[in-house]
Amino acid sequence: MGIKTRANALDQVRYKHKFRTSSFWVSTAWSLIRGVLVAGICFIIVYPVLIKISSSLMTEEDLFDLTVRWIPKRFSMKTMLGNYADIYREIDYLHAFANSAALALTVAVLQAASCTLVGYGLARFKFLANNLLFALVIFTLLVPPQMVTIPLFLNFRFFDLFGLLKQPLNLIGTFWPFVLTSMTGMGLKNGLFIYIMRQFFKGMPKSLEEAALVDGAGHLRTFFAIMLPGAKVSLLIVFLFSFVWQYNDMFLTQMYMQQSSVLLPFRLESLTLIFDNLDYSDEYISIILNTGMVMFITPILIMYAFLQRYFIESVERTGIVG
Amino acid sequence: MKNRRRLRLTLARKHALWGYIFTAPFTIGFILFFLAPMVQSIEFAFHKLTITPAGFQLENVGWENFRYALQVDADFLQVFTETIIGVLVDIPAVIIFSFFAASILNQRFRGRALARVIFFMPLILTAEIIFNLEAQDIFHHMRAYVPGAVGAFSGSQALVSFLYQIRIPLGLIDYIILAVSQIPEIINASAIPILVFLAGLQSIPSSLYECAKIEGATGWESFWKITFPLISPLFLTNIVYIIVDSFTTPSNQLTDLIYNTAWLRNMFGASVAMTWLYFAAIGLIIIVIFAVLARRVVYMEE
Repeated sequence: MGIKTRANALDQVRYKHKFRTSSFWVSTAWSLIRGVLVAGICFIIVYPVLIKISSSLMTEEDLFDLTVRWIPKRFSMKTMLGNYADIYREIDYLHAFANSAALALTVAVLQAASCTLVGYGLARFKFLANNLLFALVIFTLLVPPQMVTIPLFLNFRFFDLFGLLKQPLNLIGTFWPFVLTSMTGMGLKNGLFIYIMRQFFKGMPKSLEEAALVDGAGHLRTFFAIMLPGAKVSLLIVFLFSFVWQYNDMFLTQMYMQQSSVLLPFRLESLTLIFDNLDYSDEYISIILNTGMVMFITPILIMYAFLQRYFIESVERTGIVG
Repeated sequence: MKNRRRLRLTLARKHALWGYIFTAPFTIGFILFFLAPMVQSIEFAFHKLTITPAGFQLENVGWENFRYALQVDADFLQVFTETIIGVLVDIPAVIIFSFFAASILNQRFRGRALARVIFFMPLILTAEIIFNLEAQDIFHHMRAYVPGAVGAFSGSQALVSFLYQIRIPLGLIDYIILAVSQIPEIINASAIPILVFLAGLQSIPSSLYECAKIEGATGWESFWKITFPLISPLFLTNIVYIIVDSFTTPSNQLTDLIYNTAWLRNMFGASVAMTWLYFAAIGLIIIVIFAVLARRVVYMEE
């Protein structure tokens, strides 16, 4: 009993003492300021998304009504989902989304594969051109992509397999330009992916590989059986970036897919044309546009929600920077 | 002896060969889809290009395309300067903000996981179509600006007159106002730089801090003596990333102009010439930044 009261008394002294020290007040003040700052920044990021979701659930009267800021007044299942249904019908949403997702998936898989191979080659093998190749990887990043797109467009428009085909093929409007450039690590910002993978493999212990090599596994087998499983998290980052950037991209797609607007962003861009006639008010068009934006970001937000755990974790564990 | 040497040589060669095999995709891609088009784009810059159903024709025009970009085109010079200045404004603002944000996200506090998830959200939300649709939405400005905080702050005369009163140099005031009015853009551009800084902060061995603490260093001192130097190479990485990222941000008007010159006005040569001018300016910026910063950067010995 004596011990317990003594401990309690000690605690009380400490407790009293706690408020007197300046370090306590400094750290409390800092965590308050930090809390406000973090909350404020998060708010600035999330606000535009929330405002879009709120707009997409409104009716024209709600948007016009100045007393309505977030929650629509005229609230019913029909008006809420009506905007979504309108877009779903008008732009053939499911089909367009499937096209966009298929393209992004193809590109992401190919880019992740090629960039991993190249990154591994640059990280682990000593050969004459190694440093030169790495410098070229960085160089491809630094050149604005606009530099090569016109010649590339012409190459794909009149594709003769670099002089091998007599009758040139027209690859514009197909996935082939994306497939070819992704397979060879020449897609958008692929230099960054190669860099990430290279830094990751550089940070992995060499002894693992050496053990595998001594045990008689070839370089390919070592790579696929030992190194690749260890690189899962980096691979996921590259895959996620590649997927999202391709899904969001309009620059390369409007170049290579010119005539056919089969992809989701282009369908959404035509929303104003579809709904642009006198039957629709400005408010309704605004609501439709916001609904369209929500329909565009929802799939990737869902994907991000599932993957964010690995994504954040990977920041802690892998050296993106080495 | 001789035998062994030969064996070792072939092993090294075999090793090198595998290096070439693993990097082959990039080598092939670089030659076919980068080097060749790049050489072609030099050629196009000095020619008038017409696309015909069977192929394309080139007509030599000398420096005409560059002259067109610099002297004839009504928008180019203005958009060009604005874009370059925009990049220069973004670099310090994004670097400072992302370094600050990464330091915060590196600390332990309640809700950190959620804060991280949200801080990286701009990565997936920065899409050109969102930007385009927002531009079409006439009610966007009315609704989408954060009330109070950012909106009032940027336009606020109070802030401006306060800055004048404390006698900050005029150029700096302009910069602060420009940067403050772009707070949302800066936050959005910071996702990857934050990621890079955060990964860098995590990779600093904690033994260094413990050691400094035992020696009696304060938090402030260990920040400037340990954290800052060890993070310094990442400033270069991030500056390069910010520049690279600016090529594809939806709000880049210069890339729009370059695209429209080629595909709406069919002036491919002029478009390529504009890209070369753009690249030259960006290259110059990168060279200057590296010349200034590269020596001050500290690399940890391994």
